[in-house]
Amino acid sequence: MYDLKALYEAKTVEEAVALRLEHPEAQIIAGGTDVLVQMREGKRAGKELISIYGIDAMRGVSLDGEENIRIGSLTSFSHITKDPIIQKYINVLGEAVDTIGGPQIRNAGTIGGNTCNGVTSADSASTLFAWDAIIELTGKNGVRRLPIQEFYLGAGKVDVRPDEIQTAILIPKASYENCFGHYIKYAMRNAMDIATTGCSVNVVLSGDKKTIARARIGYGVAGPIPMRAPTAEAAALGKPLTAETVDAFAAAVLEDIHPRDSWRAGKAFRQHIAVEMARRCLIESIKLAGGVMA
Amino acid sequence: MSKQVGQSKIRVDAFDKATGRAKYTDDLCGREALVTHMVRSTVAHGLVTAVDTEEALKVPGVVKIFTCFDVPDIPFPTAGHPWSTDPAHQDIADRLLLNRHVRYYGDDVAVVVAEDEVAAARAARLVKVTYEEYPFVLDVQKAMEPGAPQIHEEFPGNILGHTEIRRGDYQKAIQEPGLIKVEGWYDTPTVQHCHIENHVCTAYMEAGRVVVTSSTQIPHIVRRVCGQALGIPWGKVRLIKPYIGGGFGNKQDALYEPLCAWLTTQLGGRLVKIDCSREETFVSNRVRHAIRTHIISWVRPDGTFAARKIEAFSNQGAYASHGHGVNAKGVNAFPQLYPCDNIEGDGWTVYTNLPAAGAMRGYGIPQAMWAGESHLDDVAKALGRDPVEYRRQVVMPVGYRDAFSKNENYFDTFNQIMDKGMEAIGYAEKRKAYENQTGPVRRGVGMALFWYNTAVWPISLESSSCRMVLNQDGSIQVQTGETEIGQGCDTAYAQMAADAVGIPFEDVHIVSTQDTDITPFGLGAYASRQTYIGGFSIRQTGQLLKERILTYAVELTRQTRANLDLIDGKIVRVSDGRVLMTLGELATEALYSLTHSEHLTAESTYQIKNNAYSFGCTFAEVEVDIPMCKVKLLNIVNVHDCGALINPALAEAQVHGGMSMAIGYGLSEELKFDPKTGKPLNNNLLDYKLSTFMDHPHLQAAFVENPEPTSPYGTKALGEPPACSPAPAIRNAVLQATGVAMYKAPMSPQALFARFCEEGLL
Repeated sequence: MYDLKALYEAKTVEEAVALRLEHPEAQIIAGGTDVLVQMREGKRAGKELISIYGIDAMRGVSLDGEENIRIGSLTSFSHITKDPIIQKYINVLGEAVDTIGGPQIRNAGTIGGNTCNGVTSADSASTLFAWDAIIELTGKNGVRRLPIQEFYLGAGKVDVRPDEIQTAILIPKASYENCFGHYIKYAMRNAMDIATTGCSVNVVLSGDKKTIARARIGYGVAGPIPMRAPTAEAAALGKPLTAETVDAFAAAVLEDIHPRDSWRAGKAFRQHIAVEMARRCLIESIKLAGGVMA
Repeated sequence: MSKQVGQSKIRVDAFDKATGRAKYTDDLCGREALVTHMVRSTVAHGLVTAVDTEEALKVPGVVKIFTCFDVPDIPFPTAGHPWSTDPAHQDIADRLLLNRHVRYYGDDVAVVVAEDEVAAARAARLVKVTYEEYPFVLDVQKAMEPGAPQIHEEFPGNILGHTEIRRGDYQKAIQEPGLIKVEGWYDTPTVQHCHIENHVCTAYMEAGRVVVTSSTQIPHIVRRVCGQALGIPWGKVRLIKPYIGGGFGNKQDALYEPLCAWLTTQLGGRLVKIDCSREETFVSNRVRHAIRTHIISWVRPDGTFAARKIEAFSNQGAYASHGHGVNAKGVNAFPQLYPCDNIEGDGWTVYTNLPAAGAMRGYGIPQAMWAGESHLDDVAKALGRDPVEYRRQVVMPVGYRDAFSKNENYFDTFNQIMDKGMEAIGYAEKRKAYENQTGPVRRGVGMALFWYNTAVWPISLESSSCRMVLNQDGSIQVQTGETEIGQGCDTAYAQMAADAVGIPFEDVHIVSTQDTDITPFGLGAYASRQTYIGGFSIRQTGQLLKERILTYAVELTRQTRANLDLIDGKIVRVSDGRVLMTLGELATEALYSLTHSEHLTAESTYQIKNNAYSFGCTFAEVEVDIPMCKVKLLNIVNVHDCGALINPALAEAQVHGGMSMAIGYGLSEELKFDPKTGKPLNNNLLDYKLSTFMDHPHLQAAFVENPEPTSPYGTKALGEPPACSPAPAIRNAVLQATGVAMYKAPMSPQALFARFCEEGLL
C-alpha cells in the first residue's frame, strides 16, 4: 500500500503542463522505478503524483529533419537497447542502459526518468554527457532546449521549471557522425546494481585512422553529478593510437574527477578504478572505430 | 514394485508453487486484520526514558500504540532448540516483547496497531522516543575488554559462552625442533539469510486460546515460546505453519510470534498481523554470526601436525538467540577434520550492540571452513605442497570415530570426493597450467573440504513423530512435525512413505501444513535433519500401518498373515503372486463394513540416538582481473557424500542453492554498520550485495553415495552442507591465481584493492 494523496494522469503533453500548473506540489511519475521506491521509504509519503506514463507521443526513437537522433523521454531502457537507430549510430547508449537493474526495471524505467532523477549514478547519463546530448523540455510557452551539462544543477537537482516536463533527449548529428564509443559500468555485482563508477568514452579517428581526431569521456559517480573529463580529452586530441596516448589520457582523468569516500567505496579505490576504466574504454572505442593500436 | 526412494520425482508442491496457488501466511490472513508498524530504536545502546504517542494517536485509523512500558516483565528465550527439562541446558531468556533497555540500532521499542498500513506507518513516524544513551560496542574482541559497555547484567564481560578444547600438551609440543609455524587471522562478515518471504505472522483468539499463523520453520517450538513469553499454558496457544518462502535458519527462532500473540490478547482477540519489511528482516530478525578466528599450526617438514591452536571469537549481537551453540559447533569441528595430538582451542561467544545472530544454514561451519580451509592452503603453500595431495595426508582417516557424538568415518569419502571434484573441474591440468602467471588477468583453481554433522544428537533431543491415515480409495495422508520450508522434504517423505507402506507415490498425500492442534509433535526444520530424522518415524509408522492393513486383509481374504503382502497398493498372495484385492477395496470395506468397521491409521514416535557425518568439498576456478580488483568465477563444483540420494533432482537443487549462497558469502555479501552510531548502512537488497544469477557460472553438483548405516534409507545431511565449502575454495583459487592470501570474507573489489596494494600488485 503506497502512501499517496492523489494521482493525476495526463494523456498529452499539454495536459501534463496544465496539471503541473494546477498542482505545483505534485511529483511527476513516469515508469515509477524510482519514485515508488522513494514513496515506500517514506521520502515522498502523502504526496500527489502526476503520471505522464500514458503520453505515447513521448515514446520512441527517430531522426529529425536535421538527422539529429530524437529519443522520446518515455522510451524504456529495453526499447532503447533494441532500437535500430540507436544500434546504428550510438550503440553504446543501448549497451549502457542495458546494465540498469534487471529486465523488469528496464521494461518499466524510462530514459527521461533516469535523467530527471538527477543522480550521478544514472547509467544513461555518463554516455549522454559524453555525446553532448541536448535536453528538450516543454512548458506553457513551448519548447526549450539546453545541453545536458546545463540541465544538471546539482545532486538530485535538474533544470525543469514548474510548468515543464522533459519531452525528449537529442543527440546532434555532429556528435554521432563517425563516432564510436564504449561504456563500462563498474558495480559490485553483474545485475541489480547501481554503478560504483560509470565511464563512457567515444572517439572520432582521423581519415587515415592513425590519430585521434576527437575523444570525449563522461563519468558517473565521479562527483555529485555526471561529468566530463576535459583534461583527459585534451590529452588525447590529435595523438597517435599508442599505449602512451592511452596511458596519458587515463592518468589525466584524475585532474578532473572528484570521487568521494563513502562506506560504499573508498576514494583511492574509486580513483584507481576510474583510471583503469578510462584506459579500457578508450582502447575499446579505438577498436570499434576501426583503429589499430600501435 | 519399483522403489520410489532414489527416483527424481517431481515435487509434490511444484504445480501449486509455480502457478501461485500455494497459500502462504499473508495469503491466509483475513482482510479484517489489524496491521502493525514497529517503532525501533535509533540508538545502538540505551534506556528508553519516555515514549510520547500523543501526536501518533491522532492519525486517523490508528487503533492503539503499545510501548516497552506496557509489556509483561517476562524474559523469554527465542532459539529454535528442543526445550530442555534440565534448567542448566535451557536457552537464555534475555529479551522482552518490547525492550526498555535497547541493545542495538533497530531494537523493538513500541508497536503501532492500525486499520491500514498507511496509517500505521504515518503514526510510527510520529512516535517520539527519548533515550538515556549508553556507550556501545560493535567489535567482538573490544566487547571482551575490561571496561567495555555491559550489555546484559547477568553476563559480565559480555561473554555468553566459552568452549575449551585441550588435547595433549600444546606448549610442550611446539618446542619440537624443526617445526614450521603457520599463523593466520580469518574473518567472516555478518550476513543475512535473504529468504524470499520476509517473516510474517498473524494472531487471533478463539475459545479463549490464541491462534497464531506464522512463516516459521519450527511450529511446535514457537508454540512453546509464545506460551513462555505470555506466561500462559502452552496448550492455550495453537500454532499453524503453512507454506513458507524459505527460512535458512532465520525462521528457526521465535521472531515476532510472541509479540503478535500478546497483541491479540490486548485487542479483544482481533486478528492482528506483524509483517516485516525487507529492511527490518535484515536487522531485526536474525543474522549469521561474524566470527574472527586465529589459527596457528606447527607443522613438521613431512607435513604432519605437531600442534595446533584455534581461537574463535563469535559476535553474538544484542540477544542470545542460538547463542554459543553456533561457535561451539565450528570450534569442535577443528580437531576432527584434521586430527592432531596436541590441540588448544577456545571458542568465545560475546554480546555486542549489533543485531542478534541466530541459526543460519551451516550453523558455524561456513565460518569455521573459511578459517580452517583457508589456513590449510596457507600451510600447504608454506610446505610447497599441492593442496589436494596435502589434504589426503592430514585429513580425518577412514575409521575415525568422534568420542562425543560417536560419529564414524565409515568410508574413504574424502579421497572419493576429491577425486570426483578434481576430475569435474580438470584440477590437475589447470593447477599446472596456472603456475607462474604474470600479467593483469590471471587464473587459478582452488578447493576446500567441509565437515558436517547430521542433526543434533547427543547435544539435544532427536525425535520424530508421524501419523498415517488410510482413505477409502487406498490413498493415505501423512503428517510429521518436520516442516517443508522449500527444501523439498514433503516430496522426499512421500517417496519414503510410499515404500514403507507399499503403495504408489501418487497415493501419498502429504499434509504440508503443520498445526499444533492436529500435527504430531516434532521439532521442525533445522540441522539438516529432516530426511534423516523423518525417515525413522516414517519407516516405523509405515510398517505399523501396513501391518494393520494386512491383519484386516486376513479377515477378507482368509489367507494367513504370512502369505500376504501389500505391493504397489494391492493385496498380494505371496505364494503365487496373485492380486487378491486392491487396497482401495480393502479400505472401503474396512470403513463401511457392517460386521467389522475400522478406521485404519497408524501413529508413532521414533527417538533417534545416532548421528552421522556428512562430508563434501568444493572445487573452484577463477579469473582475477587485478587492475579492476574483480574475481570472476569460471567454474565451480560441489561434491557431497550425503549417503544414498532419496531424490537426485531435489538433491542437486539443494546443492545449487547452497552454492549460490556461499558464492555471495565469499565474494560480495556483508551487512555493514556505521562505526560511529551502530546504524545499519545497507539493510536492503540493493546495497547488500546478494549474488545474482548473473554472478554465477553453471553450478555443478556431484555425489558420492556411500549409504549411511544408521539411517533406514541410507541418507544423511544435505540441507546446510552445500553452503560450507565454496567460499574458502574460491579464496584458495584466488591464492593460486595471484599469490595473494585473502583473510577476510567477502573478497569484495574494495578488499581485493587493499590487499593487492599491500602485496605490491597494484
